[in-house]
Amino acid sequence: MSTLEIKNLHASVDTPEGTKQILKGVNLTINSGETHAIMGPNGSGKSTLAYAIAGHPKYDITEGSVFLDGEDVLEMSVDERAKAGLFLAMQYPVEVPGVSVSNFLRTAKTAIDGEAPKLRTWVKEVKGSMEDLRMDASFAERNVNEGFSGGEKKRHEILQMELLSPKIAVLDETDSGLDVDALRIVSEGVNRVKENTGLGVMLITHYTRILRYIKPDFVHVFVNGQVAEEGGPELAERLEAEGYDRYLVEA
Amino acid sequence: MTVTDHSRATADTAHSHGLGTPTPDASRADRPTSFEVSDFTVPGGREEEWRFSPLKDIKPMLADEATSGHLEWDVPELPAGVTLTDIDVAAARERSVRAPGDRASAVAAAHSGGARVLTIAPNTVLDEPLQISVTGTGQDVRGHLLVEAGESSEATVIFERKGTATYSEFVSVDLAQNAGLNLVLLQLWDADAVHAGEIVARLGRDSRLRGSVVTLGGKSVRLNTSAAFAGEGARVDLFGLYFADSGQHQEHQLFVDHAVPRCTSRVTYKGALAGKTARTVWIGDVLIRKEAEETDTYELNRNLVLTDGARADSVPNLEIETGEIAGAGHASATGRFDDEQMFYLRSRGISEAEARKLVVRGFFADLVQEIGVASVEQSLMKAIELELEHVNEELAETEA
Repeated sequence: MSTLEIKNLHASVDTPEGTKQILKGVNLTINSGETHAIMGPNGSGKSTLAYAIAGHPKYDITEGSVFLDGEDVLEMSVDERAKAGLFLAMQYPVEVPGVSVSNFLRTAKTAIDGEAPKLRTWVKEVKGSMEDLRMDASFAERNVNEGFSGGEKKRHEILQMELLSPKIAVLDETDSGLDVDALRIVSEGVNRVKENTGLGVMLITHYTRILRYIKPDFVHVFVNGQVAEEGGPELAERLEAEGYDRYLVEA
Repeated sequence: MTVTDHSRATADTAHSHGLGTPTPDASRADRPTSFEVSDFTVPGGREEEWRFSPLKDIKPMLADEATSGHLEWDVPELPAGVTLTDIDVAAARERSVRAPGDRASAVAAAHSGGARVLTIAPNTVLDEPLQISVTGTGQDVRGHLLVEAGESSEATVIFERKGTATYSEFVSVDLAQNAGLNLVLLQLWDADAVHAGEIVARLGRDSRLRGSVVTLGGKSVRLNTSAAFAGEGARVDLFGLYFADSGQHQEHQLFVDHAVPRCTSRVTYKGALAGKTARTVWIGDVLIRKEAEETDTYELNRNLVLTDGARADSVPNLEIETGEIAGAGHASATGRFDDEQMFYLRSRGISEAEARKLVVRGFFADLVQEIGVASVEQSLMKAIELELEHVNEELAETEA
């Protein structure tokens, strides 16, 4: 049982126009096995929250805390956070020319576990995950994210999530830009990992559509760097009907 | 990141864009060549071909006088069909594919004390790469080397240069009709070596040259490679890999002269730079003459700047005098080490040092494979790892 505890998190970013406060006191607790949907309009700070948790150097944490099972996440380097059990599925995964997917996956697995995976079981595991995500075997020999379609990039993110078995995963708009087939495959992947490992999920999304495939236990509406409203799955239905206008007017 | 890509450069007029001043010759073809040292003035540093060069280091090689030094040659038992012979300066002039193109190589040829000729007899096919090592012992050395690949011969020849020297050379590479030569020049000098070389290749009809240059060692290395097509249907592939640390100047100039129809050229050079005073220069000139119809050419230079302060210059020039070509393009890009790549890899648990290794290995991987000699590939990847360890140490010190 793991717990990610975010308390009063404030984060800012340096822009040419000066320092801009983006997160303005975020409170959120995610336990193993729970799925929390973070929904909000563009520019509300959802992605910043994801990056701040993962430790992107662009964002300065100015106040607040993030703890994973009592360990201070904000004191950890980016790779230490991953080793502690955090995973960020990125909205825009980066190309790494000349580094094959299989090499990348093996290097990451070795880093996370502190030892190289046993070759035979590892190869089988990778193959199995790739099949489940409808990824062709040739995928493993391609360079990381190079020339991948939008759907391939997102499937590759979920593949990593499955193989690295984190405790808590932050999925940053994993659904954006996916057609319904790709969305279904990716969602199945997330559900499978949840079921098998008891993963806790922070599902950041702009659209309600993914919630038909990944059922959230909690829905948090994110507006202007804060959680503006919280509720159960029914809140998502209300958002689907009404959109975010209500919150924007209030803000 | 600065990028130049003129993959579909128009072919109707002469097309050239470098950094401009001072005004170069009207065409790359106008540069003089001569065996007479006195035909070249001592460069002052403003000349097009010298303006990036570390003239202070190169100065001793510009003096029109003999030196007494030599390199130690380590030659394996030569296979059948291959000979290595010594010839005098006059004979070497006669047998070279053309005269030197700058003062340093004219001095090298004039004061070599005689040249060495590696000859591969016609129809000889070597199954194994032939590796010759030359080692400097701290001397001032002028050298003239000829490589002659006979008709329909097929060979891989590796020259490894190590130790230390102040070494200038003129290298003539002659491919007869239908010859195939894979020539690898490894600059694995000690840290204080200074090396200036001109390599001139002539490709006969249907011949194929793969010329690879690997520059890792030395204080200053300046290599000027030219390939000229003398017969139709030939192909040249020029590969280069370099890795400059603080205090190193690595310069590679290239010139591909398409003087006859239906020839193909590819130039692919990649370099990494690490350390405040690391310096690399790449100048790639391609000339497609009026007669060279159906030419197909592409040149590419990529530089990966790993740390602050390092400087990479990259100057591609394409001159096209005929519209009847199959393809002509060039690309040049110099990029900083990508923070987003680092974040992505590290967010998967990979340490900073390991992530840097992955990215640099990836950057060079396809190029190393192109060299096409298994033993060289392995030792190269190892050498790159070593360079990276220095980088990681240096960065760790800076951060501490």
